[in-house]
Amino acid sequence: MASNAVASQTGRKRVAMHDGFLKHAGYRWLKITAFIILVCIVSYIFIDVSPRHNGGSWYGYTLGTIGALLILWLTMLGFRKRAMTTGSWSLKAWTSAHIYLGLSLIVIGTLHTGFQLGWNIHTAAYVFMMIVIISGVFGIYFYATIPEKLSDNRDEMTETEMLENLRSLDRQLHESAQSLSAEHATLVLQSLEQDPFGGGFMRRISGRYPDCATRLAQADLRRERAYQPKMGSDDPLDKVDALLEKKEATLARVRRHLKLKAMLQVWLFIHVPMTFALIASLSAHIISVFFYW
Amino acid sequence: MTFIVRQIATTADGREIVRSNPFDSDQIGIGRSTENAIHLPDLAVNPDHATITKREDGHIVVESTTGQNFTLDGKHRVSVTIDPGSGAELGFGGHVIIVSEEEGNILLTVKRVEALSDSAEDRSESTLYTLQGLLPSKRIGAWGFVALVLAAFLIWPIYTWATWRGVEERPDQFHADTMWSSDALSQAHHSLEKDCQACHVDAFVTVTDKTCMTCHEDDAHDHANPDRLLTARGGPEGFEKIGAAFASAFNKPPGWCVECHTEHEGAGAMEPTAQKFCADCHEGMDGRLTDTKLENASDFGIEHPQFRPAVLLKPGGKNPPRKRISLDEKPTEYNGLKFPHDLHLSKTGGVAQMGRRLSAKYDFGPSLVCKDCHTPDPKGVRFEPVDMKEDCGMCHSLAFDEVGGTVRTLRHGEPDMVRADLRAYYRSTRPTRPINLGGMKRRRPGAANDVRVASDYARAVQFRPSRANMAISQVFSRGGACFDCHGVTPPTARGRVDYAIKPVTQTDRYMHKGWFSHEAHNDEDCSSCHTAETSKDARDLLLPGIKTCRECHGGEFQTSSDVPSSCAMCHDYHADEGAPWLIKEQQKDKRKKPDKKIAQR
Repeated sequence: MASNAVASQTGRKRVAMHDGFLKHAGYRWLKITAFIILVCIVSYIFIDVSPRHNGGSWYGYTLGTIGALLILWLTMLGFRKRAMTTGSWSLKAWTSAHIYLGLSLIVIGTLHTGFQLGWNIHTAAYVFMMIVIISGVFGIYFYATIPEKLSDNRDEMTETEMLENLRSLDRQLHESAQSLSAEHATLVLQSLEQDPFGGGFMRRISGRYPDCATRLAQADLRRERAYQPKMGSDDPLDKVDALLEKKEATLARVRRHLKLKAMLQVWLFIHVPMTFALIASLSAHIISVFFYW
Repeated sequence: MTFIVRQIATTADGREIVRSNPFDSDQIGIGRSTENAIHLPDLAVNPDHATITKREDGHIVVESTTGQNFTLDGKHRVSVTIDPGSGAELGFGGHVIIVSEEEGNILLTVKRVEALSDSAEDRSESTLYTLQGLLPSKRIGAWGFVALVLAAFLIWPIYTWATWRGVEERPDQFHADTMWSSDALSQAHHSLEKDCQACHVDAFVTVTDKTCMTCHEDDAHDHANPDRLLTARGGPEGFEKIGAAFASAFNKPPGWCVECHTEHEGAGAMEPTAQKFCADCHEGMDGRLTDTKLENASDFGIEHPQFRPAVLLKPGGKNPPRKRISLDEKPTEYNGLKFPHDLHLSKTGGVAQMGRRLSAKYDFGPSLVCKDCHTPDPKGVRFEPVDMKEDCGMCHSLAFDEVGGTVRTLRHGEPDMVRADLRAYYRSTRPTRPINLGGMKRRRPGAANDVRVASDYARAVQFRPSRANMAISQVFSRGGACFDCHGVTPPTARGRVDYAIKPVTQTDRYMHKGWFSHEAHNDEDCSSCHTAETSKDARDLLLPGIKTCRECHGGEFQTSSDVPSSCAMCHDYHADEGAPWLIKEQQKDKRKKPDKKIAQR
């Protein structure tokens, strides 16, 4: 996550240029969360509710209410993130709180169940919650590790530059292939006509494109020319071959970029819909508990 | 007629550049090769792709050279004839050639319509590098799940509830509201597992007592007056107010069955009442229920009143008067009998000696012990009342006559019959005949003696029946068989013998509010609780006090005691005459799992 320079509230100038969302404000939210978790566990052990711990005791209601409100607040990040601000309640502070308080839900939610789980909608809500949290943990991991790889891979190229690079190579290929025979031209044409951004989700996330026309074209050309005598320095196929190699290198970079960006996004495709499934099942859980009780 | 080839190229900023070249020949070529009149720099086009030939009638023939096709108005062809006057559009790779006629010449307008490569096409860069289009959108996923979850987990179960309302018993099939069940029901309610509405009748109203009572009218009586019960419990305190707030918000009034009887806690037997439930009211109860006669109790080991057995005030009758008196007040009880326990249990003396003499016949030991007279009831919980014939008669004989080897005894418990039997005895038997009235007589000299003996005997015979009254008096008076053990009412008038036995009441259970089973204490000697060996008077109430019990039984919290005992070990909330739920469950377990021990070899 990009971070902005933040002047601390204490008045002392403190530049937090590389203070990430995990370390924000000296792990403030990690400390708060650790405290919450500790209080929950200790109180769970020492508070004696009869006949046993579960969501229906006063302690269970308390944890349940805290948990439900926390879930709603955590969901608010989806709206909050659209406004980037700085300060104590900066987006980064908010994200940091989102992550750590979200993790505290593992303890709050589990203690709320009193470990009474089964094949019912109450446990379904719990499972949805855990899926959301686990997908969020993946998100944290990706956001903590991928931006660096992304930056290394880009090598100071922008996304527009990458696209322009591809276009330029395609134009040159097109130009160089004009004098080729119909068969050879077809191979080059396949490379030109293949969508560099196509190929579906699995190709995107794995970065593997077994049907890459550029690579196939180059391989075919090389296989064909392997035993042919050199025609001299002005063989157009040599130029085409060189261009195909360049294009392949660019494609590899673009595809790695796409893969990394996909990983940055893909967990949200679980995190967000599951959050809504969680809120819906949470509503069903709360309503049903008081509907039949 | 001349061919005019008009090439239209588009610059990067969208401007069109038009170049026209006339070709004055009958045939021109189309292809990627620059020798062709129509040169298409298009890799999808063959170097020499097709030819266009003029015909005499002004039509033109387009023919593929290599057999590779082209399109005419979008249709694939290898050879076509076109009237330039009517016009046509030919397609070669990414280019189109529009055929028309202009001032008698054939105009061929050449234009690139497709981008030269896929990457060259217009793209929205904001979404190009995202997963948009590759996965179903998050928005659709989110709302889809919301709809699905609400429909399956909320609307469907509510629909089930609404459609089966008022039906006495739901059929045995899947009902959506069972998805709401947080855990299995207890063993006793297992059959209701699929029929949520057997208990959950109204929406947002907890299971009502009325519903419980449909089945439990006989076994779930009130523990105490409900109003007093609530007073005794007091309002919720501290954090419990949270639970109370939820309860009052969703129609769960305090004191209802469900407050204690929580269900869906998993399969298995219902848990015995937790001590906390008892202590909720009974701890410091006098502060809330100020007029209560009950003393506070919170834990057997810490705070529990001295036992208050129901002591018999006066023996006799079907329901003799009793009063609960604390053992601290050392109550005594007269039950109508005289019985010094110390005398009977003494290791020395006449009773022990008599026991030893009769040991062969009655299996007595060196001296009498409790079991020689007291018989446990069939369940071993309490003792059968002491029976004169069975338990006392071995020594305390009521024999008074022997006829042909058969011993006749007085009837126990029937004073009239005793009197009648004694009278009959004296009426039907003669006094012992004096030896000097027989034939083998030895007598003092002189006839006067004979006469006197004979007349004495005759008088004795005559007065023999009247001797009965004296015998009756003796039996009922000090030294007599009845008097030894019973209280006797003297005759109503002088000279009469209508003695009566005072009524006797043997108490089989002193503590009706709590449970005690002797069988559970089999490992103990009787004397470790009952100080019978030193009791000189039958009026001594030989019940042990709470101090004795506490030697082994600590409260629930005293886990280091020999037997940590919660309230439920002796008490039940809905108590009946039987054992508390906890004990019943324990016995059930014992029955299920017989204690089999395999002998070690």
